[in-house]
Amino acid sequence: MLAYIIRRVAQSVLVLLVTGFVAFSMFSFVGDPIDNMLGQERTQADVERLRTQLGLDQPFPVQYYKFLEQAVQGNFGLSYRQGRPVSEILVERLPATLELAAVSGLLALAGGIGFGIFTAIRRRGPSASTIMTLSLIGVSLPTFLIGILLIYLFSVELGWLPSFGRGQVVDLGWWSTGFLTESGLKALILPAITLGLYQMTLIMRLVRTEMLEVLRMDYIRFARARGIREKSINFRHALKNTLVPVITITGLQLGSIIAFAIITETVFQWPGVGLLFINAIQFVDIPVMAAYLMMISVMFVGINLIVDMLYFAIDPRLRVDRTAGGH
Amino acid sequence: MSELQTEIETKAKTSPGRLARAWDSDLAYSFRNNPVAMVSAFVVSLLILAAIFAPLIAPHDPFNPATLNLMNGFTPPGQANQFTQEYFLLGTDDQGRDVFSTILYGMRISLFVGFAAVMLALVIGVLLGLLAGYLGGWVETIIMRIADIQLTFPAILVAMLIFGIAKGITPPEYRDQMAIWVLILAIGLSDWVQFARVVRGATLVEKNREYVQAARLIGRSPFSIMVRHILPNVLNPVLVIATISLALAIIAEATLSFLGVGAPPTKPSLGTLIRIGQEFMFSGEWWILFFPAVTLLALALSINLLGDWLRDALNPKLR
Repeated sequence: MLAYIIRRVAQSVLVLLVTGFVAFSMFSFVGDPIDNMLGQERTQADVERLRTQLGLDQPFPVQYYKFLEQAVQGNFGLSYRQGRPVSEILVERLPATLELAAVSGLLALAGGIGFGIFTAIRRRGPSASTIMTLSLIGVSLPTFLIGILLIYLFSVELGWLPSFGRGQVVDLGWWSTGFLTESGLKALILPAITLGLYQMTLIMRLVRTEMLEVLRMDYIRFARARGIREKSINFRHALKNTLVPVITITGLQLGSIIAFAIITETVFQWPGVGLLFINAIQFVDIPVMAAYLMMISVMFVGINLIVDMLYFAIDPRLRVDRTAGGH
Repeated sequence: MSELQTEIETKAKTSPGRLARAWDSDLAYSFRNNPVAMVSAFVVSLLILAAIFAPLIAPHDPFNPATLNLMNGFTPPGQANQFTQEYFLLGTDDQGRDVFSTILYGMRISLFVGFAAVMLALVIGVLLGLLAGYLGGWVETIIMRIADIQLTFPAILVAMLIFGIAKGITPPEYRDQMAIWVLILAIGLSDWVQFARVVRGATLVEKNREYVQAARLIGRSPFSIMVRHILPNVLNPVLVIATISLALAIIAEATLSFLGVGAPPTKPSLGTLIRIGQEFMFSGEWWILFFPAVTLLALALSINLLGDWLRDALNPKLR
């Protein structure tokens, strides 16, 4: 168990070092920072002085170490485009993305588990097969088309919900929330559905397959033979054993929700970090790109690590197998 | 030796031709008995042919400014324009470009980027997978560790990042010109891991088989064993992944172009067309958005269904 944890942590550190290296290389190879900072009228002496000042004359490993030191403190320099510290911009944009991701994640989880159980129990019912067919279409539709479709239906045709932006936000310290105003909540609905739909179909299909598998097992048959009520079998006996893989997959999906938020945020002009990243690519704003990369890799690695630990905590069989050397 | 030669020759003469044998194969049989596969194959071939022969089919050349007439702008589909009385099958966009023609040319770019990106991913993935599986040791450790690290991130994010870096390296005046190649590079490099993992797994199984040991005994070089002996035997799963990857690559390209980090408006792909069309959704010109979106959907969905069929048909467990 301990060896496993240490190995996983070491692997996570390796991933972070590699992405840090990629981010660092972006600074060094994509455009010369000196070019970006000094204008046309510069002397060789100016260039040399700035080079020494920025530490660019030092050997590569030393520069990389210094970069990591700065990155850990959240210092990525100034945005080429906005001229403000990148960390400041990120902190300003982060609440929007996190609120969107949290709501879509919850939506995907609740909808996915609910529909999954329903389609597993009513396997042959007409409504269950309708849901399954719809989910196939949901998987094939690209995220941005789902967003456009929803905007067309609910904003253009029906005029019920706003098609862009975050509505009114309330500042709680440095965190700006859209949860407290009516326009903020209204603005959240369409982006959250767009972002959550794909994950929901994924979770739904997973729950359905697992549930069908579990319902075939002996202990369920015995429970039925003992005359326990169908409802109690489905929800107390079967569901519990279905949830182990669901939790791990959902955890891993959380990372892709944050990544796919880039697409949803662009469709809905949602002022989060994803939109910031896309704009940074369009304008080749290297510091923002590098900072976003580092931030998202810390999130991904953290989520993966937590999910792995959770797996151990939830499934006692794994712990026994490991210590006994497997079978 | 010569006896064997004559036997082979007589067999070749008596056995039916290549086409007839292909028609009788298990794969063709399962294809003929699967209406979904047949319909999707029909749609895919229709779209690919339309894309290849776009210059012949397209009623207008949407990228030649000389043939464009701004008066034709916003003509609804199936109606004559109110000023010029010209007729457009699927209507026109704001600049008077025929939507049907832009879709044909856009599909060309989408399909080209998709095929090229999958080929790139396939070549890199198969090569690295073979090396990792056959050589083992530190080669395997390095290749598979890189694959693991890349797999931590969703492919679309990796593609965006590669696109951003490549864009930064190319000088600004070449960016629009290079965008298509940068896209291919970005999508291809984001997708090789799948191929490498599957090929490595299959190679690990194959390399202990007798025919590989025999080839090693007669002194063939590791390279020729990998390419001539192992490669043909691990190609089935590669084919399945390539088909599904093609659908994913086309969607990835459309997504990137839609986000404005892909094909430029001067060389629009289906994604770029959808991006352009989205602007006119609010003012009621739905056809500029609708037809490219439906084309993209038809393309991606039918390739996906074809991939699903291929996966089942090539899986010996399901026979």
